[in-house]
Amino acid sequence: MPTKLLEKGTASGARGPGAGGRNRFGRGEGAVPSGQAPAARAHTAVMGLAFALAAIAMLFVAFTMTYLGHRQEGDWKPVPLPGILWLDTAILLASSAAVEWARRRLGSGDARGLRWGLTAAGTLGVAFLAGQLLAWRQLADQGVYLASHPHSSFFYLLTGTHGVHLLGGLIAVGAILPGAWRGAYSPARSTPVTLVAIYWHFLTGLWLYVFAILLWQ
Amino acid sequence: MDTPAAAAHEAHAAHPRESFIRHYIFSLDHKTIGKQYYFVTLFMAIVGGSLAMLMRAHLASPERGILDPGTYLQAATMHGTVMIFFFLTTILTGAFGNVLIPLMIGAGDMAFPFLNMLSFWTFFPSVLILLASFFVPGGPAGNGWTSYAPLSAVPQASPGSGLGQTLWAVAILILMISSLFGSLNFLTTIINMRARGLSMGRLPLTIWGIFITAILALLSFPVLMAALTMLLFDRTAGTSFFIPSGLLVGGQIVPHNGGEALLWQHLFWFFGHPEVYILILGPMGIVSDVISTFSRKPIFGYTAMVLSLAAIGFLSFLVWGHHMFVSGMNPVLGATFTISTMIIAIPSAIKTFNWLTTLWQARIQFTTALLFAVGFVSLFVTGGLSGIFLAASPVDLYFHDTYFVVAHFHFVMAAAALFAIFAGTYYWFPKMFGRMMNEPLGKIHFVLTFLGIYGTFYPMHFLGTHGMSRRLYTPSTYPFLASVQPLDIFISGAAFVLGAAQLIFIFNFFSSMLRGPRAERNPWHANTLEWTADSPPPHGNWPEPPVVYRWPYDYSVPGAAEDYLPQTVPAAPAYASGHGGGEQ
Ligand code: HEM
Ligand SMILES: [Cu+2]
Repeated sequence: MPTKLLEKGTASGARGPGAGGRNRFGRGEGAVPSGQAPAARAHTAVMGLAFALAAIAMLFVAFTMTYLGHRQEGDWKPVPLPGILWLDTAILLASSAAVEWARRRLGSGDARGLRWGLTAAGTLGVAFLAGQLLAWRQLADQGVYLASHPHSSFFYLLTGTHGVHLLGGLIAVGAILPGAWRGAYSPARSTPVTLVAIYWHFLTGLWLYVFAILLWQ
Repeated sequence: MDTPAAAAHEAHAAHPRESFIRHYIFSLDHKTIGKQYYFVTLFMAIVGGSLAMLMRAHLASPERGILDPGTYLQAATMHGTVMIFFFLTTILTGAFGNVLIPLMIGAGDMAFPFLNMLSFWTFFPSVLILLASFFVPGGPAGNGWTSYAPLSAVPQASPGSGLGQTLWAVAILILMISSLFGSLNFLTTIINMRARGLSMGRLPLTIWGIFITAILALLSFPVLMAALTMLLFDRTAGTSFFIPSGLLVGGQIVPHNGGEALLWQHLFWFFGHPEVYILILGPMGIVSDVISTFSRKPIFGYTAMVLSLAAIGFLSFLVWGHHMFVSGMNPVLGATFTISTMIIAIPSAIKTFNWLTTLWQARIQFTTALLFAVGFVSLFVTGGLSGIFLAASPVDLYFHDTYFVVAHFHFVMAAAALFAIFAGTYYWFPKMFGRMMNEPLGKIHFVLTFLGIYGTFYPMHFLGTHGMSRRLYTPSTYPFLASVQPLDIFISGAAFVLGAAQLIFIFNFFSSMLRGPRAERNPWHANTLEWTADSPPPHGNWPEPPVVYRWPYDYSVPGAAEDYLPQTVPAAPAYASGHGGGEQ
């Protein structure tokens, strides 16, 4: 392992000074260092994302541990969960499948598959968020608000925080969609798609965890 | 602006300014970003230090009421907040991490330069928000750097619970995001961008310290972010995460119910204990490298040093309950936390013995950097010993929230980390700014700071054993504290000496930056990679990436021509033939 990592590292120093590119931020330097070989660059980007996901996971661990701690309280009143959450879960799973399908199509050089797969995933993602908002509406109509009692607070907090992160994923999908339609990605240039797919699956898994913990009362 | 010609003229005129902005303001160069962090955190240290001076001025004669009670608590809160979050945490990672990581691993820059810049420019607004909180109605937060709920959760609970407390939470939340950007960048860079030949097992201990720090930050900061989010909801949206039912504030029942104030403490300390190690693992690495260089000896027990860093990092997630012994926890749980806390003393002691063994029988070069590094060891031992007292829950029931705890953590964390920062600054200044600092001034600074620290914090142990609680506004009015009143006044005197000594540092720092003698590449004859680059290094650091052949601690190798062998010197036979090496 160390020797493998070590070879990845060698290319980094090759980024010479000057050459105009170094200070032009936002041009190729944003996510990945430009001097590395493509494979090493993809590896670096995926690793950076993995660390970010670890941090997000810890955020939810903290929220849910607090939630479980609260449930020990005597005056705990569970909220009946809106049924639409089940539909939402199905939609999110479908969108994850679409992202994965798109990623694999790109791997076998099918730019059309990528295009439609990503578009479907983005659409399903928007549908999921709309469904979550609808769930909030249904609760609010029953008079269950953020501040009503601890369980409702946690419900809004957990779904809201997950939703905000999913919105970030949608923005990322939106950022690579034009490229996908232009045919900018290929099996050799697939890092952005891989990153989006990883993030998207992570959020699907996170939702399953959040949903399970809200259901289990 | 309206005509094309004017627009063209404008664009032309803007060009040099733009490159200034890209060079110094929105720079992607890790060294520039590191210096930006250094200057801002240095400013914050001055803010935090001034608040401490204010508190000591008040405590020198509490009856005069230099500060009123609310202001005193606000000064204490903001002193702790500024020093822990906006000085120590940020200078160690933001400044030292940024400047040193690529240079010490032989990389041209960070893995994600843009994210690096974003990290600084997320940090900066958080500083502004925190500073703004001094000027809002009601003043800044006043519930301690730990901001325990429900005091911090109910705006009308105390003078320091108003808008200032909200801004406190927002500022720290943003700071945490900025630190997370930094941490994931550091980890990815260290794992992925090392020079050819630089295996993890050849990393300088400074980099190991920063590496483990970044892992701790990545796993513990989100926990505080979760707590801060819930706190902000409690404060502004009427939720009751931390506010219990039936809470009376000012004779009125607060309209919240069902919350759990104790959960704040659990979340805070689950973050807080790793956080205090975030402030010491980096310094441990810095001190190891400085001691090895100026002892002209390899660091003793490199592997043990790395493993103990990792062990401390791991254990730091299992001990948070030692801050909560008096919160009514089950004694069995308390005993568990006592044991896990005491286990941390083992890797800590291993490190201490390794530093001492490195110094043992060495031809020590008494530079300012070395003095501060050795000072670090002394302070760490003094503070670590009082930590073992506190770890015993029966003892802590008595000492908790007294000046004994204040003495403990100022030695082991605040002063020790500060000394490592000074050691690192005197050591790497030539690389950062291309000039040498003034050594005689540095030594005066060291002596006064060392005496000032011991004079200020050592007597606090006795205040603590006398039962004087921390954050006490008027110690002089309690008969049982009358006998330690002179000691409290002595502490204020020592604190002023300590504060004044820092002016010497600030003078030395800026005058050396402008007028110090030019530094050569490797003024200390050290082995690590940064010394093979120019002082200061250009963009990209090296024209050709360095290649590494050895670990960083080949000092006084028998048979070598010099008493140091930089990491770029090819293996074995080369030095026997007296070939100085790659970089000279
Ligand atoms: C030998 C190892 C150590 C032991 C056994 C130890 C033990 C303890 C205990 C039991 C407390 C709680 C005291 C109380 O509030 O009643 C405490 C407080 C504290 N310790 Fe340590 N400690 C050790 C090392 C460290 C280190 C290395 C740092 C930081 C770098 C540190 C920073 C702190 C801080 C900041 C507090 C006080 C927090 C506050 O209440 O504001 N300790 N320590
Ligand atoms: Cu602790």
